[in-house]
Amino acid sequence: MLKFTEEHEWLKIEGDVATVGITEHAAGQLGDLVFVELPEAGASFAKGDSAATVESVKAASDVYCPLDGEIVEVNQAIVDDPSLVNSDPQGAAWFFKLKLADPSAVNALLDEAAYKELVA
Amino acid sequence: MRQTWRPDLEDISHLKHTPLNALHLSLGARMVPFAGYDMPVQYPEGVLKEHLHTRAAAGLFDVSHMGQIVVRPKSGRIEDAARALEKLVPVDVLGLAEGRQRYGLFTNDEGGILDDLMITNRGDHLFLVVNAACKGADFEHLKKGLGDSCEVTMLDDRALVALQGPRAETVLCELWADVASMRFMDVAEADLHDVSCIISRSGYTGEDGFEISIPVQSAADVTQRLLEHPDVMPIGLGARDSLRLEAGLCLYGNDIDTDTTPVEAALEWAIQKSRRSGGDRAGGFPGAERILSEFASGAARRRVGLKPEGRAPVRGGAKIFADAEGKMPVGTVTSGGFGPSVDGPVAMGYVDAAQAGNGTKLYAEVRGKYLPLTVTAMPFVKQTYKR
Repeated sequence: MLKFTEEHEWLKIEGDVATVGITEHAAGQLGDLVFVELPEAGASFAKGDSAATVESVKAASDVYCPLDGEIVEVNQAIVDDPSLVNSDPQGAAWFFKLKLADPSAVNALLDEAAYKELVA
Repeated sequence: MRQTWRPDLEDISHLKHTPLNALHLSLGARMVPFAGYDMPVQYPEGVLKEHLHTRAAAGLFDVSHMGQIVVRPKSGRIEDAARALEKLVPVDVLGLAEGRQRYGLFTNDEGGILDDLMITNRGDHLFLVVNAACKGADFEHLKKGLGDSCEVTMLDDRALVALQGPRAETVLCELWADVASMRFMDVAEADLHDVSCIISRSGYTGEDGFEISIPVQSAADVTQRLLEHPDVMPIGLGARDSLRLEAGLCLYGNDIDTDTTPVEAALEWAIQKSRRSGGDRAGGFPGAERILSEFASGAARRRVGLKPEGRAPVRGGAKIFADAEGKMPVGTVTSGGFGPSVDGPVAMGYVDAAQAGNGTKLYAEVRGKYLPLTVTAMPFVKQTYKR
């Protein structure tokens, strides 16, 4: 199941774990990314906390944790090559996997159609 | 994500347009508000490619938002205009030969910098280029300071574009062969596609290149034709900023302002010997007492280049410390980001004089961490000016 936030994160939900990244729209708006800072596995975040940072040539942006949970895995590939976020934002360039504190909370997020409408 | 990239949320209805606005839109530029103008921050290729293209071939920038000002002596003698302007800038204007350009600074009574500018001797008048955000104030400052002896006119009927990079000469030679004989900071008038333009061999990227002042009615046409050359790519403000940062050049409002003096800003080179203590026309400009005393005894703080050790960009506003725990503050970053040609982060900022020596290890606070950086000579890239 694919879900989205109004802050331009996507979540792929499998059981109680969400794989989280930033949307193609966000990656396009940010431009060429040159630096990514990811959280550490084991860290816990509440919804809305800054969990990662992306930097383009010009500016830094926070990536918020989309729901309450614990980081169980991070994607070192985008740290090694931040341009992957520009080339494959909704595929290989996922940011982290989040073990959800309350899996039912995903129901409040946007579905793909609603997100597309938001950025249209 | 924090939505720092949504300029569309701002009210842009009040913004001024340069004569090239429609051209930018037709090229697919992403426009942002800058100094009261609707300006291209990047084109579809993106900041990274635009930056690297400028260093490898030629980039074309719209800098029409900057102010172009003519200072014409009422007496008809250029020396009178030069002497008058020397009352406002700590620069040797009198010694500036016809057809030559020089970097300068407007200072205030406290020795702070009101703006930085380019000054050209055009034979019977001086031609100034000033920053967009300051141009109104600069114009009033000039009229007040030298209105008795000179006519001061803001040129609203000319666009200004910069063609920068190692291929700039080749590109421009196809329109006007004599351009090859121009040296860094030479200024000449020439026809490009039958349009009379003022061309200076200068720019603000650290590359060889030209700035071209074009009458408004022909600006889009001449610019479009320059862009048709396969070596030329349009470049936005994003890459302009990363290029000038790598070149160690100050951005007014970021790296220099009314609170910084020329000596603090490491801009002593902009003050020629004739205006320093012991020179023919020493002093006589606003803030001379403080500025000349700083020449003698140094300033308490100094603008330096800063090379962060890791990959994380250190941005303007970051606090600098002598220790990795953030206990001993020694300064602030004024400009910082990722340098595409350096392939890593670069920054500049002010630190206490005791910490300003090249090789000094310091720490910048970024998101609660203290990242190591080293005081490093600027520019971060090799300059390729044709001297």
